[in-house]
Amino acid sequence: MCGIIGLLARTDEVRARLGELVTPMVTCMGTRGPDSAGLAIFHTPLDNGDRRYGLFHADHDFDWPSFHDDFRSQVTSPSECHSLENHAAIVSSASPGDVKDWLKRFHPAVHLLSVGRSIEVYKDEGHPQQIADRYNFTSLTGSHVVGHTRMATESSVSPAHAHPFTAGEDFCLVHNGSLSNPNSIRRKLQRKGIHFETDNDTEAGCRFLEWRMSEGDTLEEAIEASFEVLDGFYTFLMATADRLVLVRDAFACKPAVVAQTDDYVAVASEFRSLAHLPGIESADVFEPIPEQIYSWQQ
Amino acid sequence: MTQFDLATMTVRELNEYLHQALPEQPVEQLEIVNPDGLHSIAAGMDHAVVIEIQGHTGYFTAGMNKLAQVTIHGNAGWSVAENMMSGLVRVKGHASECAGASGHGGLLVIEGDASSRCGISLKGSDIVVGGSVGHFSAFMAQAGRLVVCGDAGPHLGDSLYEATIYVRGAIASLGADACEQPMQPEDEEQLASLLEQAGMDHDPAGFKRIASARQLYHWNADAGQEY
Repeated sequence: MCGIIGLLARTDEVRARLGELVTPMVTCMGTRGPDSAGLAIFHTPLDNGDRRYGLFHADHDFDWPSFHDDFRSQVTSPSECHSLENHAAIVSSASPGDVKDWLKRFHPAVHLLSVGRSIEVYKDEGHPQQIADRYNFTSLTGSHVVGHTRMATESSVSPAHAHPFTAGEDFCLVHNGSLSNPNSIRRKLQRKGIHFETDNDTEAGCRFLEWRMSEGDTLEEAIEASFEVLDGFYTFLMATADRLVLVRDAFACKPAVVAQTDDYVAVASEFRSLAHLPGIESADVFEPIPEQIYSWQQ
Repeated sequence: MTQFDLATMTVRELNEYLHQALPEQPVEQLEIVNPDGLHSIAAGMDHAVVIEIQGHTGYFTAGMNKLAQVTIHGNAGWSVAENMMSGLVRVKGHASECAGASGHGGLLVIEGDASSRCGISLKGSDIVVGGSVGHFSAFMAQAGRLVVCGDAGPHLGDSLYEATIYVRGAIASLGADACEQPMQPEDEEQLASLLEQAGMDHDPAGFKRIASARQLYHWNADAGQEY
Protein backbone atom coordinates (compact mmCIF):
# COMPACT_ATOMS: atom_id res chain seq x y z
CA MET A 1 0.00 0.00 0.00
CA CYS A 2 1.22 3.50 -0.83
CA GLY A 3 -0.35 6.93 -1.07
CA ILE A 4 -0.18 9.26 -4.03
CA ILE A 5 -1.20 12.88 -4.29
CA GLY A 6 -1.06 15.62 -6.92
CA LEU A 7 -2.13 19.24 -7.17
CA LEU A 8 -2.17 21.49 -10.22
CA ALA A 9 -2.82 25.19 -9.67
CA ARG A 10 -5.12 27.09 -11.99
CA THR A 11 -4.73 30.48 -10.27
CA ASP A 12 -1.80 32.58 -9.01
CA GLU A 13 -3.23 32.38 -5.50
CA VAL A 14 -3.04 28.57 -5.49
CA ARG A 15 0.47 28.71 -7.06
CA ALA A 16 1.59 30.89 -4.16
CA ARG A 17 -0.03 28.53 -1.61
CA LEU A 18 0.93 25.27 -3.32
CA GLY A 19 3.17 24.01 -0.49
CA GLU A 20 0.69 25.00 2.21
CA LEU A 21 -2.13 23.14 0.43
CA VAL A 22 -0.15 20.08 -0.56
CA THR A 23 1.59 19.36 2.75
CA PRO A 24 -1.55 18.09 4.55
CA MET A 25 -2.29 15.98 1.45
CA VAL A 26 1.09 14.25 1.85
CA THR A 27 1.07 13.86 5.63
CA CYS A 28 -2.53 12.55 5.62
CA MET A 29 -1.37 9.73 3.34
CA GLY A 30 1.23 8.73 5.97
CA THR A 31 -1.20 6.00 7.05
CA ARG A 32 -0.90 4.41 3.59
CA GLY A 33 2.88 4.85 3.39
CA PRO A 34 4.85 5.45 6.58
CA ASP A 35 8.38 4.46 5.52
CA SER A 36 9.39 7.10 2.95
CA ALA A 37 7.96 10.12 1.20
CA GLY A 38 8.76 12.59 -1.50
CA LEU A 39 7.43 15.12 -3.90
CA ALA A 40 8.31 16.75 -7.19
CA ILE A 41 7.38 20.39 -7.61
CA PHE A 42 7.36 22.22 -10.92
CA HIS A 43 8.37 25.87 -11.24
CA THR A 44 8.26 28.44 -14.03
CA PRO A 45 10.83 27.07 -16.53
CA LEU A 46 14.35 28.52 -16.42
CA ASP A 47 14.48 30.68 -19.53
CA ASN A 48 18.12 31.09 -20.51
CA GLY A 49 19.01 27.53 -21.40
CA ASP A 50 19.94 26.63 -17.82
CA ARG A 51 18.88 23.43 -16.14
CA ARG A 52 18.26 22.65 -12.49
CA TYR A 53 20.10 19.55 -11.26
CA GLY A 54 18.50 18.08 -8.13
CA LEU A 55 21.10 16.27 -6.00
CA PHE A 56 21.07 14.01 -2.94
CA HIS A 57 23.75 12.76 -0.57
CA ALA A 58 23.15 10.24 2.22
CA ASP A 59 25.09 12.40 4.70
CA HIS A 60 22.95 15.17 6.18
CA ASP A 61 26.18 17.13 6.93
CA PHE A 62 27.59 16.82 3.42
CA ASP A 63 29.70 19.85 2.48
CA TRP A 64 27.65 21.27 -0.41
CA PRO A 65 29.62 24.60 -0.63
CA SER A 66 32.85 22.73 -1.31
CA PHE A 67 31.00 20.42 -3.74
CA HIS A 68 29.79 23.55 -5.55
CA ASP A 69 33.39 24.90 -5.65
CA ASP A 70 34.43 21.66 -7.37
CA PHE A 71 31.51 21.99 -9.80
CA ARG A 72 32.47 25.56 -10.67
CA SER A 73 36.10 24.74 -11.25
CA GLN A 74 35.56 21.45 -13.09
CA VAL A 75 32.19 21.77 -14.93
CA THR A 76 30.88 25.32 -15.40
CA SER A 77 31.78 28.38 -13.45
CA PRO A 78 28.55 30.40 -13.62
CA SER A 79 26.14 28.37 -11.53
CA GLU A 80 23.99 28.66 -8.45
CA CYS A 81 23.72 26.14 -5.64
CA HIS A 82 20.95 25.99 -3.06
CA SER A 83 21.27 23.29 -0.43
CA LEU A 84 18.94 22.02 2.28
CA GLU A 85 20.24 19.21 4.51
CA ASN A 86 21.10 16.28 2.23
CA HIS A 87 19.51 17.85 -0.89
CA ALA A 88 20.93 20.49 -3.20
CA ALA A 89 19.96 22.08 -6.50
CA ILE A 90 22.53 23.42 -8.91
CA VAL A 91 21.37 25.70 -11.71
CA SER A 92 23.82 25.61 -14.58
CA SER A 93 24.14 25.71 -18.36
CA ALA A 94 26.15 22.44 -18.31
CA SER A 95 24.70 19.54 -20.31
CA PRO A 96 23.14 16.55 -18.49
CA GLY A 97 25.74 14.24 -20.04
CA ASP A 98 28.65 16.35 -18.73
CA VAL A 99 27.12 16.60 -15.25
CA LYS A 100 26.43 12.84 -15.05
CA ASP A 101 29.96 11.99 -16.21
CA TRP A 102 31.48 14.43 -13.73
CA LEU A 103 29.40 13.09 -10.81
CA LYS A 104 30.30 9.51 -11.66
CA ARG A 105 33.99 10.35 -11.77
CA PHE A 106 34.42 12.79 -8.88
CA HIS A 107 31.37 12.48 -6.63
CA PRO A 108 29.92 8.99 -7.04
CA ALA A 109 28.10 9.26 -3.70
CA VAL A 110 26.04 12.21 -4.95
CA HIS A 111 22.80 10.93 -6.44
CA LEU A 112 21.17 12.86 -9.31
CA LEU A 113 17.48 13.16 -8.35
CA SER A 114 16.18 15.26 -11.23
CA VAL A 115 17.16 17.20 -14.32
CA GLY A 116 15.11 19.84 -16.08
CA ARG A 117 14.10 23.44 -16.47
CA SER A 118 11.09 23.16 -14.13
CA ILE A 119 11.37 20.14 -11.84
CA GLU A 120 12.66 20.00 -8.27
CA VAL A 121 12.51 16.78 -6.21
CA TYR A 122 12.68 16.07 -2.47
CA LYS A 123 12.53 12.50 -1.26
CA ASP A 124 13.87 10.58 1.68
CA GLU A 125 13.39 7.72 4.08
CA GLY A 126 11.22 8.41 7.15
CA HIS A 127 7.66 9.23 8.10
CA PRO A 128 5.99 11.68 5.68
CA GLN A 129 5.47 14.20 8.51
CA GLN A 130 9.20 14.21 9.32
CA ILE A 131 10.07 14.62 5.66
CA ALA A 132 7.56 17.43 5.14
CA ASP A 133 9.07 19.22 8.17
CA ARG A 134 12.68 18.53 7.15
CA TYR A 135 12.29 20.04 3.68
CA ASN A 136 9.79 22.80 4.58
CA PHE A 137 7.15 21.50 2.20
CA THR A 138 4.71 24.19 3.41
CA SER A 139 6.91 26.96 2.00
CA LEU A 140 7.08 25.54 -1.54
CA THR A 141 5.53 27.44 -4.41
CA GLY A 142 5.05 26.34 -8.00
CA SER A 143 2.58 25.43 -10.71
CA HIS A 144 1.99 21.76 -9.90
CA VAL A 145 3.24 18.99 -7.68
CA VAL A 146 3.09 15.22 -7.30
CA GLY A 147 3.82 13.44 -4.04
CA HIS A 148 4.07 9.95 -2.62
CA THR A 149 4.10 8.11 0.69
CA ARG A 150 5.61 4.64 0.51
CA MET A 151 4.94 1.32 2.20
CA ALA A 152 7.60 -0.84 0.57
CA THR A 153 6.49 -4.27 -0.62
CA GLU A 154 8.90 -5.34 -3.36
CA SER A 155 12.27 -3.66 -2.82
CA SER A 156 14.17 -2.17 0.08
CA VAL A 157 13.48 1.03 1.98
CA SER A 158 16.05 3.65 1.07
CA PRO A 159 16.05 7.28 -0.08
CA ALA A 160 16.76 6.12 -3.64
CA HIS A 161 13.77 3.73 -3.56
CA ALA A 162 11.43 6.53 -2.44
CA HIS A 163 9.19 8.12 -5.04
CA PRO A 164 8.94 10.23 -7.19
CA PHE A 165 11.12 8.54 -9.77
CA THR A 166 12.44 10.64 -12.61
CA ALA A 167 13.81 9.83 -16.06
CA GLY A 168 14.97 12.16 -18.80
CA GLU A 169 14.14 15.80 -18.18
CA ASP A 170 11.13 17.34 -16.44
CA PHE A 171 9.34 14.00 -16.11
CA CYS A 172 8.45 12.13 -12.96
CA LEU A 173 6.14 9.38 -11.83
CA VAL A 174 4.65 8.18 -8.55
CA HIS A 175 3.05 4.77 -8.21
CA ASN A 176 0.62 2.96 -5.96
CA GLY A 177 0.66 -0.76 -6.73
CA SER A 178 3.22 -3.30 -7.82
CA LEU A 179 4.52 -4.47 -11.18
CA SER A 180 5.16 -8.16 -11.65
CA ASN A 181 7.58 -7.93 -14.60
CA PRO A 182 10.00 -5.10 -13.70
CA ASN A 183 13.05 -7.36 -14.10
CA SER A 184 12.36 -8.22 -17.73
CA ILE A 185 11.59 -4.55 -18.52
CA ARG A 186 14.80 -3.47 -16.78
CA ARG A 187 16.90 -6.04 -18.68
CA LYS A 188 15.34 -4.97 -21.98
CA LEU A 189 16.06 -1.29 -21.33
CA GLN A 190 19.56 -1.94 -19.97
CA ARG A 191 20.43 -3.66 -23.26
CA LYS A 192 19.57 -0.35 -24.92
CA GLY A 193 22.11 1.41 -22.68
CA ILE A 194 19.58 2.87 -20.21
CA HIS A 195 21.03 3.21 -16.71
CA PHE A 196 19.04 2.20 -13.61
CA GLU A 197 19.61 3.53 -10.10
CA THR A 198 17.66 0.87 -8.17
CA ASP A 199 15.93 -2.52 -8.42
CA ASN A 200 12.55 -0.84 -7.80
CA ASP A 201 9.56 -1.79 -9.96
CA THR A 202 8.36 1.80 -10.32
CA GLU A 203 11.72 2.88 -11.72
CA ALA A 204 11.27 0.26 -14.47
CA GLY A 205 7.84 1.72 -15.34
CA CYS A 206 9.15 5.28 -15.26
CA ARG A 207 12.16 4.51 -17.47
CA PHE A 208 9.98 2.50 -19.89
CA LEU A 209 7.67 5.48 -20.44
CA GLU A 210 10.61 7.89 -20.81
CA TRP A 211 12.31 5.51 -23.26
CA ARG A 212 9.16 5.45 -25.40
CA MET A 213 9.03 9.25 -25.36
CA SER A 214 12.73 9.45 -26.31
CA GLU A 215 11.82 7.26 -29.30
CA GLY A 216 9.23 9.83 -30.40
CA ASP A 217 6.02 8.82 -28.59
CA THR A 218 3.88 11.40 -26.86
CA LEU A 219 3.28 10.58 -23.18
CA GLU A 220 -0.21 9.33 -24.12
CA GLU A 221 1.26 7.00 -26.78
CA ALA A 222 3.88 5.78 -24.31
CA ILE A 223 1.13 4.98 -21.77
CA GLU A 224 -0.92 3.17 -24.45
CA ALA A 225 2.19 1.11 -25.24
CA SER A 226 2.67 0.38 -21.52
CA PHE A 227 -0.77 -1.28 -21.33
CA GLU A 228 0.69 -4.14 -23.40
CA VAL A 229 4.05 -4.26 -21.59
CA LEU A 230 3.58 -3.47 -17.89
CA ASP A 231 2.12 -6.38 -15.97
CA GLY A 232 0.72 -5.67 -12.52
CA PHE A 233 -1.31 -3.21 -10.54
CA TYR A 234 -0.87 0.50 -10.73
CA THR A 235 -2.28 3.90 -10.28
CA PHE A 236 0.37 6.08 -11.94
CA LEU A 237 0.45 9.84 -11.46
CA MET A 238 2.94 11.57 -13.72
CA ALA A 239 4.03 15.15 -14.22
CA THR A 240 5.80 16.98 -17.01
CA ALA A 241 6.79 20.65 -17.16
CA ASP A 242 3.20 21.71 -17.82
CA ARG A 243 0.91 18.72 -17.10
CA LEU A 244 -0.40 16.23 -14.58
CA VAL A 245 -1.29 12.84 -16.08
CA LEU A 246 -3.13 10.02 -14.30
CA VAL A 247 -3.84 6.42 -15.33
CA ARG A 248 -5.05 3.26 -13.55
CA ASP A 249 -4.52 -0.34 -14.64
CA ALA A 250 -7.24 -2.40 -16.33
CA PHE A 251 -8.53 -3.82 -13.03
CA ALA A 252 -8.28 -0.52 -11.11
CA CYS A 253 -7.20 -2.35 -7.98
CA LYS A 254 -5.47 0.69 -6.54
CA PRO A 255 -7.55 3.69 -5.56
CA ALA A 256 -7.63 7.23 -6.89
CA VAL A 257 -9.99 10.15 -6.54
CA VAL A 258 -9.94 13.45 -8.42
CA ALA A 259 -11.36 16.83 -7.38
CA GLN A 260 -11.61 19.72 -9.81
CA THR A 261 -12.54 23.35 -9.23
CA ASP A 262 -11.86 26.55 -11.17
CA ASP A 263 -8.80 27.01 -8.92
CA TYR A 264 -7.09 23.60 -9.03
CA VAL A 265 -7.08 19.93 -9.98
CA ALA A 266 -6.27 17.64 -7.07
CA VAL A 267 -5.61 13.89 -7.10
CA ALA A 268 -5.19 11.55 -4.14
CA SER A 269 -5.44 7.90 -3.19
CA GLU A 270 -8.21 8.75 -0.75
CA PHE A 271 -10.69 11.60 -0.42
CA ARG A 272 -9.56 12.45 3.11
CA SER A 273 -6.32 13.85 1.64
CA LEU A 274 -8.46 16.37 -0.26
CA ALA A 275 -10.96 17.25 2.47
CA HIS A 276 -9.07 20.38 3.64
CA LEU A 277 -8.80 21.99 0.18
CA PRO A 278 -10.67 25.28 -0.31
CA GLY A 279 -13.96 24.87 -2.16
CA ILE A 280 -13.84 21.06 -1.91
CA GLU A 281 -17.50 20.91 -0.88
CA SER A 282 -18.56 22.19 -4.31
CA ALA A 283 -15.73 20.53 -6.33
CA ASP A 284 -16.39 18.04 -9.11
CA VAL A 285 -15.23 14.85 -7.34
CA PHE A 286 -14.90 11.63 -9.34
CA GLU A 287 -13.11 8.31 -9.52
CA PRO A 288 -10.98 7.76 -12.65
CA ILE A 289 -11.97 4.70 -14.67
CA PRO A 290 -9.52 1.92 -15.71
CA GLU A 291 -7.06 2.45 -18.57
CA GLN A 292 -8.33 5.94 -19.32
CA ILE A 293 -5.61 8.57 -19.56
CA TYR A 294 -6.49 11.77 -17.69
CA SER A 295 -4.34 14.79 -18.50
CA TRP A 296 -4.56 18.30 -17.05
CA GLN A 297 -2.63 21.21 -18.51
CA GLN A 298 -1.61 24.09 -16.24
CA MET B 1 -31.18 16.20 16.66
CA THR B 2 -28.09 14.81 18.43
CA GLN B 3 -25.04 15.87 16.44
CA PHE B 4 -21.50 14.49 16.37
CA ASP B 5 -18.67 16.46 14.80
CA LEU B 6 -15.77 14.41 13.46
CA ALA B 7 -13.67 17.57 13.34
CA THR B 8 -13.62 17.50 17.14
CA MET B 9 -13.89 13.77 17.97
CA THR B 10 -12.33 10.61 16.57
CA VAL B 11 -14.15 7.90 14.63
CA ARG B 12 -13.21 5.51 17.44
CA GLU B 13 -14.94 7.72 20.01
CA LEU B 14 -18.01 8.03 17.76
CA ASN B 15 -18.22 4.29 17.13
CA GLU B 16 -17.75 3.52 20.85
CA TYR B 17 -20.78 5.72 21.52
CA LEU B 18 -22.79 4.08 18.73
CA HIS B 19 -21.95 0.57 19.97
CA GLN B 20 -22.13 1.03 23.73
CA ALA B 21 -23.86 4.18 25.04
CA LEU B 22 -26.50 4.51 22.30
CA PRO B 23 -28.31 1.19 22.98
CA GLU B 24 -28.43 2.07 26.70
CA GLN B 25 -29.88 5.55 26.14
CA PRO B 26 -31.49 5.31 22.72
CA VAL B 27 -32.24 8.24 20.43
CA GLU B 28 -34.28 7.92 17.25
CA GLN B 29 -32.04 9.96 15.00
CA LEU B 30 -28.54 11.43 14.99
CA GLU B 31 -26.36 13.43 12.66
CA ILE B 32 -22.64 13.15 11.90
CA VAL B 33 -20.90 16.20 10.41
CA ASN B 34 -17.41 16.73 8.93
CA PRO B 35 -16.86 13.08 7.89
CA ASP B 36 -14.11 14.39 5.53
CA GLY B 37 -13.39 10.99 3.98
CA LEU B 38 -12.65 9.25 7.28
CA HIS B 39 -12.86 5.46 7.37
CA SER B 40 -15.23 3.10 9.25
CA ILE B 41 -17.79 5.72 10.23
CA ALA B 42 -20.80 3.97 11.83
CA ALA B 43 -19.35 0.54 11.13
CA GLY B 44 -20.65 -2.36 13.20
CA MET B 45 -24.06 -0.85 14.04
CA ASP B 46 -26.36 -3.20 15.97
CA HIS B 47 -29.19 -0.83 16.88
CA ALA B 48 -32.25 0.61 15.11
CA VAL B 49 -31.42 4.30 14.70
CA VAL B 50 -31.51 6.81 11.85
CA ILE B 51 -28.03 8.19 11.09
CA GLU B 52 -27.51 11.12 8.72
CA ILE B 53 -23.90 11.64 7.61
CA GLN B 54 -23.38 15.09 6.08
CA GLY B 55 -20.52 14.93 3.57
CA HIS B 56 -18.19 12.48 1.82
CA THR B 57 -17.03 9.39 3.71
CA GLY B 58 -14.02 7.05 3.44
CA TYR B 59 -13.79 3.27 3.46
CA PHE B 60 -16.16 0.78 5.18
CA THR B 61 -18.90 3.30 6.05
CA ALA B 62 -21.77 1.44 7.74
CA GLY B 63 -19.89 -1.82 7.28
CA MET B 64 -21.52 -4.84 8.96
CA ASN B 65 -24.65 -2.75 9.47
CA LYS B 66 -27.49 -4.33 11.43
CA LEU B 67 -30.87 -2.58 11.92
CA ALA B 68 -29.63 1.02 11.46
CA GLN B 69 -30.78 3.31 8.64
CA VAL B 70 -27.73 5.23 7.49
CA THR B 71 -27.79 7.98 4.85
CA ILE B 72 -24.59 9.44 3.42
CA HIS B 73 -25.26 12.90 2.00
CA GLY B 74 -22.23 12.74 -0.26
CA ASN B 75 -19.97 10.14 -1.88
CA ALA B 76 -18.82 6.98 -0.13
CA GLY B 77 -15.35 5.41 -0.35
CA TRP B 78 -14.48 1.74 -0.85
CA SER B 79 -16.69 -1.00 0.60
CA VAL B 80 -19.65 1.01 1.84
CA ALA B 81 -22.10 -1.29 3.68
CA GLU B 82 -19.80 -4.28 3.23
CA ASN B 83 -21.06 -7.37 5.06
CA MET B 84 -24.37 -5.66 5.86
CA MET B 85 -26.76 -7.92 7.78
CA SER B 86 -29.95 -5.82 7.81
CA GLY B 87 -31.20 -2.23 7.77
CA LEU B 88 -30.84 0.39 5.06
CA VAL B 89 -27.80 2.27 3.80
CA ARG B 90 -28.38 5.05 1.29
CA VAL B 91 -25.63 6.93 -0.57
CA LYS B 92 -26.94 10.18 -2.04
CA GLY B 93 -23.84 10.60 -4.23
CA HIS B 94 -21.54 8.03 -5.84
CA ALA B 95 -19.97 4.96 -4.25
CA SER B 96 -16.43 3.72 -4.82
CA GLU B 97 -15.34 0.12 -5.31
CA CYS B 98 -16.78 -3.00 -3.67
CA ALA B 99 -20.01 -1.31 -2.53
CA GLY B 100 -22.13 -3.77 -0.57
CA ALA B 101 -19.49 -6.50 -0.76
CA SER B 102 -20.50 -9.82 0.86
CA GLY B 103 -23.72 -8.37 2.27
CA HIS B 104 -26.05 -10.91 3.89
CA GLY B 105 -29.21 -8.81 4.19
CA GLY B 106 -30.70 -5.33 4.19
CA LEU B 107 -30.85 -2.83 1.36
CA LEU B 108 -28.08 -0.62 -0.04
CA VAL B 109 -29.24 2.24 -2.26
CA ILE B 110 -26.72 4.23 -4.27
CA GLU B 111 -28.40 7.16 -5.98
CA GLY B 112 -25.38 7.96 -8.18
CA ASP B 113 -22.94 5.55 -9.82
CA ALA B 114 -21.14 2.67 -8.16
CA SER B 115 -17.59 1.83 -9.17
CA SER B 116 -16.12 -1.59 -9.96
CA ARG B 117 -16.90 -4.82 -8.08
CA CYS B 118 -20.24 -3.52 -6.76
CA GLY B 119 -21.93 -6.37 -4.89
CA ILE B 120 -18.91 -8.68 -5.11
CA SER B 121 -19.61 -11.97 -3.32
CA LEU B 122 -23.12 -10.81 -2.43
CA LYS B 123 -24.74 -13.25 0.02
CA GLY B 124 -28.32 -12.00 0.32
CA SER B 125 -28.43 -8.18 0.45
CA ASP B 126 -30.28 -6.16 -2.14
CA ILE B 127 -28.47 -3.32 -3.89
CA VAL B 128 -30.17 -0.68 -6.04
CA VAL B 129 -27.91 1.63 -8.03
CA GLY B 130 -29.54 4.69 -9.60
CA GLY B 131 -26.67 5.19 -12.05
CA SER B 132 -24.15 2.77 -13.55
CA VAL B 133 -21.82 0.14 -12.11
CA GLY B 134 -18.17 -0.56 -12.99
CA HIS B 135 -16.41 -3.73 -14.09
CA PHE B 136 -16.77 -7.11 -12.36
CA SER B 137 -19.92 -6.11 -10.49
CA ALA B 138 -21.69 -8.99 -8.72
CA PHE B 139 -18.56 -11.13 -9.16
CA MET B 140 -19.24 -14.53 -7.52
CA ALA B 141 -22.49 -13.20 -6.04
CA GLN B 142 -24.25 -16.03 -4.23
CA ALA B 143 -27.64 -14.66 -3.18
CA GLY B 144 -29.51 -11.36 -3.23
CA ARG B 145 -30.30 -8.92 -6.00
CA LEU B 146 -28.35 -6.17 -7.74
CA VAL B 147 -30.47 -3.62 -9.61
CA VAL B 148 -28.67 -1.27 -12.00
CA CYS B 149 -30.79 1.56 -13.40
CA GLY B 150 -27.97 2.77 -15.66
CA ASP B 151 -25.31 0.79 -17.53
CA ALA B 152 -23.10 -2.09 -16.38
CA GLY B 153 -19.33 -2.25 -17.03
CA PRO B 154 -17.39 -5.25 -18.39
CA HIS B 155 -17.62 -8.78 -16.95
CA LEU B 156 -20.94 -8.31 -15.18
CA GLY B 157 -21.82 -11.24 -12.94
CA ASP B 158 -18.64 -13.22 -13.57
CA SER B 159 -18.81 -16.65 -11.88
CA LEU B 160 -22.27 -15.86 -10.59
CA TYR B 161 -24.03 -18.26 -8.21
CA GLU B 162 -27.69 -17.68 -7.30
CA ALA B 163 -27.86 -13.89 -7.07
CA THR B 164 -29.98 -12.11 -9.69
CA ILE B 165 -29.00 -8.95 -11.54
CA TYR B 166 -31.41 -6.55 -13.22
CA VAL B 167 -30.00 -3.98 -15.64
CA ARG B 168 -31.95 -1.20 -17.33
CA GLY B 169 -29.19 0.19 -19.56
CA ALA B 170 -26.40 -1.27 -21.69
CA ILE B 171 -24.16 -4.10 -20.52
CA ALA B 172 -20.53 -3.75 -21.69
CA SER B 173 -20.03 -7.52 -21.37
CA LEU B 174 -21.18 -10.47 -19.29
CA GLY B 175 -18.67 -12.40 -17.18
CA ALA B 176 -18.09 -16.15 -17.35
CA ASP B 177 -21.29 -18.16 -16.80
CA ALA B 178 -23.56 -15.09 -16.56
CA CYS B 179 -26.40 -15.05 -19.09
CA GLU B 180 -29.49 -13.05 -19.92
CA GLN B 181 -32.72 -14.85 -19.11
CA PRO B 182 -36.36 -13.93 -19.72
CA MET B 183 -38.01 -11.79 -17.06
CA GLN B 184 -40.69 -13.73 -15.16
CA PRO B 185 -43.75 -12.16 -13.49
CA GLU B 186 -42.15 -12.68 -10.06
CA ASP B 187 -39.04 -10.82 -11.27
CA GLU B 188 -41.13 -7.80 -12.18
CA GLU B 189 -42.94 -7.97 -8.85
CA GLN B 190 -39.71 -8.09 -6.80
CA LEU B 191 -38.04 -5.47 -8.97
CA ALA B 192 -41.01 -3.11 -8.61
CA SER B 193 -40.81 -3.49 -4.84
CA LEU B 194 -37.06 -2.80 -4.75
CA LEU B 195 -37.40 0.23 -7.02
CA GLU B 196 -40.16 1.60 -4.84
CA GLN B 197 -38.10 1.11 -1.65
CA ALA B 198 -35.17 2.82 -3.32
CA GLY B 199 -37.31 5.69 -4.60
CA MET B 200 -36.39 5.06 -8.25
CA ASP B 201 -39.14 5.71 -10.77
CA HIS B 202 -38.56 3.13 -13.52
CA ASP B 203 -40.77 0.58 -15.26
CA PRO B 204 -39.62 -2.97 -14.27
CA ALA B 205 -40.46 -4.11 -17.79
CA GLY B 206 -37.51 -2.08 -19.08
CA PHE B 207 -34.93 -4.21 -17.24
CA LYS B 208 -32.96 -7.26 -18.38
CA ARG B 209 -32.54 -10.24 -16.05
CA ILE B 210 -29.03 -11.66 -15.67
CA ALA B 211 -28.46 -14.90 -13.76
CA SER B 212 -26.13 -17.88 -13.68
CA ALA B 213 -26.08 -20.41 -16.54
CA ARG B 214 -24.85 -22.87 -13.86
CA GLN B 215 -22.18 -24.25 -16.17
CA LEU B 216 -19.42 -23.57 -13.62
CA TYR B 217 -21.13 -25.50 -10.83
CA HIS B 218 -19.39 -28.72 -11.70
CA TRP B 219 -15.86 -29.15 -12.95
CA ASN B 220 -15.77 -30.05 -16.60
CA ALA B 221 -12.36 -31.36 -17.60
CA ASP B 222 -13.37 -31.31 -21.29
CA ALA B 223 -13.93 -27.54 -21.19
CA GLY B 224 -10.17 -26.94 -21.14
CA GLN B 225 -10.55 -23.78 -19.07
CA GLU B 226 -12.75 -22.27 -21.82
CA TYR B 227 -15.99 -20.96 -20.40
